[in-house]
Amino acid sequence: MRHTISVLVENKFGVLSRISGLFSGRGYNIESLTVGETIDPQISIMTIVTTGDDQIIEQITKQLNKLIDVIKVTDMTELDHVEREMVLVKVAPKQEDKAEVLRLAEIFRGRVVDSGLTTYTLEITGDEKKIEAFIELIKPYSIKEFARTGKVAISREGVKKK
Amino acid sequence: MKLSGAEIFIECLKKEKVNTIFGYPGGVVLNIFDVLYDDKDLKLILTRHEQGAVHAADGYARASGKPGVALVTSGPGATNTVTGIANASMDSIPVIVFSGQVPTLLIGNDAFQEADIVGITRPCTKYNFLVKDVNDLSRIVREAFYIATTGRPGPVLIDLPKDVTSGKADFLWPEKIRIRSYNPIYEGNRWMITQAANEISKAKKPIILSGGGVILSGGHKEVKELAEYAQVPVTMTLMGLGGFPGTHALSLGMLGMHGTYYANMAIQNSDLIVAIGARFDDRVTGKVDAFAPHAKIIHIDIDPTSIRKNVRVDIPIVGDVKLVLRDIIKILKEKGKIQWVEIRKAWLKKIDEWKKERPLTYQKDDIVIRPQFVIEKIYEITKGDAIITTEVGQNQMWTAQFFKFDKPRTLLTSGGLGTMGYGFPAAIGAQLAFPDKLVIDIAGDGSIQMNIQELATAVIHKLPVKVAILNNQYLGMVRQWQELFFRERYSYSHLDVAPDFVKVAEAYGAVGFRATKPSEVEPIIKDAIKIKKTVFMDFRVNWKEKVYPMVPAGGAIDQMLYEEEENKPEKKLRAVK
Ligand SMILES: Cc1ncc(C[n+]2csc(CCOP(=O)(O)OP(=O)(O)O)c2C)c(N)n1
Ligand SMILES: [Mg+2]
Repeated sequence: MRHTISVLVENKFGVLSRISGLFSGRGYNIESLTVGETIDPQISIMTIVTTGDDQIIEQITKQLNKLIDVIKVTDMTELDHVEREMVLVKVAPKQEDKAEVLRLAEIFRGRVVDSGLTTYTLEITGDEKKIEAFIELIKPYSIKEFARTGKVAISREGVKKK
Repeated sequence: MKLSGAEIFIECLKKEKVNTIFGYPGGVVLNIFDVLYDDKDLKLILTRHEQGAVHAADGYARASGKPGVALVTSGPGATNTVTGIANASMDSIPVIVFSGQVPTLLIGNDAFQEADIVGITRPCTKYNFLVKDVNDLSRIVREAFYIATTGRPGPVLIDLPKDVTSGKADFLWPEKIRIRSYNPIYEGNRWMITQAANEISKAKKPIILSGGGVILSGGHKEVKELAEYAQVPVTMTLMGLGGFPGTHALSLGMLGMHGTYYANMAIQNSDLIVAIGARFDDRVTGKVDAFAPHAKIIHIDIDPTSIRKNVRVDIPIVGDVKLVLRDIIKILKEKGKIQWVEIRKAWLKKIDEWKKERPLTYQKDDIVIRPQFVIEKIYEITKGDAIITTEVGQNQMWTAQFFKFDKPRTLLTSGGLGTMGYGFPAAIGAQLAFPDKLVIDIAGDGSIQMNIQELATAVIHKLPVKVAILNNQYLGMVRQWQELFFRERYSYSHLDVAPDFVKVAEAYGAVGFRATKPSEVEPIIKDAIKIKKTVFMDFRVNWKEKVYPMVPAGGAIDQMLYEEEENKPEKKLRAVK
């Protein structure tokens, strides 16, 4: 099963390599990994998407926790959470398809962030399902370049009913 | 007053109460060596290879329980430590390695004798540091010792660029230390501990599986108390030997690939395993799916990642084994009178039958020296009162089987990594930690040649280390596998050309003895012990000897091969090149 794991780490050199080394050294798979600073510049947050059965995921979270530079590990999959990812895609549709491409962007609440003589660059943000669906639909329109951020995630504050 | 980085380094070691370090000089650490030159309180043991320095620091640590320290130069000096560091890492030994590094401005430029040792050792250290500013040095050293010695111990490397050790700063020693992202858990979970105590009192066929963690945490008294109080037999991993007295009636010796018949049978038939500071290595479990099919497993370990890594666990307890065991014992005692002896009678009787059915044995011989006989003799003559190190291979397994370790920290052996060449430098380290104890390396003729240069270290420091070479003229363990599993095709396992070990010893200024007949074994061991010098004993042993019982790799641990099945007509041995 696929898990989204959020990891708070000390913002020091070498930390990314410790984390990626843990995955490669133990044969775990990384589907995506994002890193960014948090509000506290001494702490970074990594969001790792990985797959494995329960035992492997348990090992991954324990092994991450064991790394000295790791402050906190949260398996978002176990929590109610929000996930987002962004893609930038540069397409070169035929003249007659241009309107359809713009319509697609609109349907997916995307934006045109750049356009050239023959190209549009679209920005789409969403959860995995939305991004995957968009990619499927945009594929026929001659994709020139494609960039994807990988996921970030944050837990939801549940509204408790009494 | 400002001190140089080199001086700060030395002050830090003194603050950590280090008085002996192992090392080897080179360009970028010359300023540190220059400060050491005048220092009266800190002694550097010059080994003859950096691998030897790290193994010696490791042996010092295993024998004494204090961290071992090594100091080497950059580039090749640093890369030579990698085996030693990986070895310490696999066996959770607190070793701190200081490596010189090229000046910070040159890092990354492929400077002369530059190696990215922090990158290279990242996966085989518990943590490592590159010091970029001399003002950080004392804090980093403090953190390194703290990390290496707490929680599940392990090696830490500190890379010291030359401009850091020559730069100047105030010496500030942080007395208190806190690393927000590193908080080992020592106290076990109450609820789990109660569950564990309940299971122990309910079980009909329980067994304790005692590992290296018992020795590292100093929990051997608690293991004994639990075993005796609740009448639970104890088997040990290779790393766990000495954690429970090998001569105790409840001891089943070692389990696993070359474990005793009765230990493996007891595990396979048990209804409860209390695993304490063990990590279920494949050499212990054999085929995991067939391991202890009827047993519930209680697993106590300070490292959460050890739990459920290899085997299913019913009651996981993360914590220091000593503290957790104390809690379990307390709860058991509160349960009031339980007729333990009655409850366990049938189980202990069954185990006794297994013990009688297949004890550990070997062929007695008047003509050829059997390697097991040498170990038995060493045991008899020393009455077990010695620190034993081993190399790797058959010599190691026979030692584990035939020497009875009653006390912790008396067997120093490379368990996880299985490093040939470990035993001799480790013995040197142990002897430096305990100058008055008898220290013996039980070696193979192959392994001893991997760090034989350390004879110089032993001789120059007048260390009375003894090395008992079980000389079978083979990479014996490799030969054994080839005989059993590779149709007797002895591909590159014959050591045709071996040095005359007696002459080698003498050439270095040590003493050399040789025994070719069983009758010579005892007098030689006695003489060697009498002489307060480094001694090599070359025992010419039966080269055909194999380690039994044996669980073939990947088999279930009750599917063992035994010696008597060997009585087939002897085949002629051909060394295939
Ligand atoms: C550094 C290293 N290289 C290779 C091996 C693989 N290996 C395991 S046992 C063994 C043979 C050891 O021979 P020897 O020291 O003579 O011991 P014996 O088995 O004959 O007692 C070898 C080559 C190892 N464990 N360590
Ligand atoms: Mg040999």
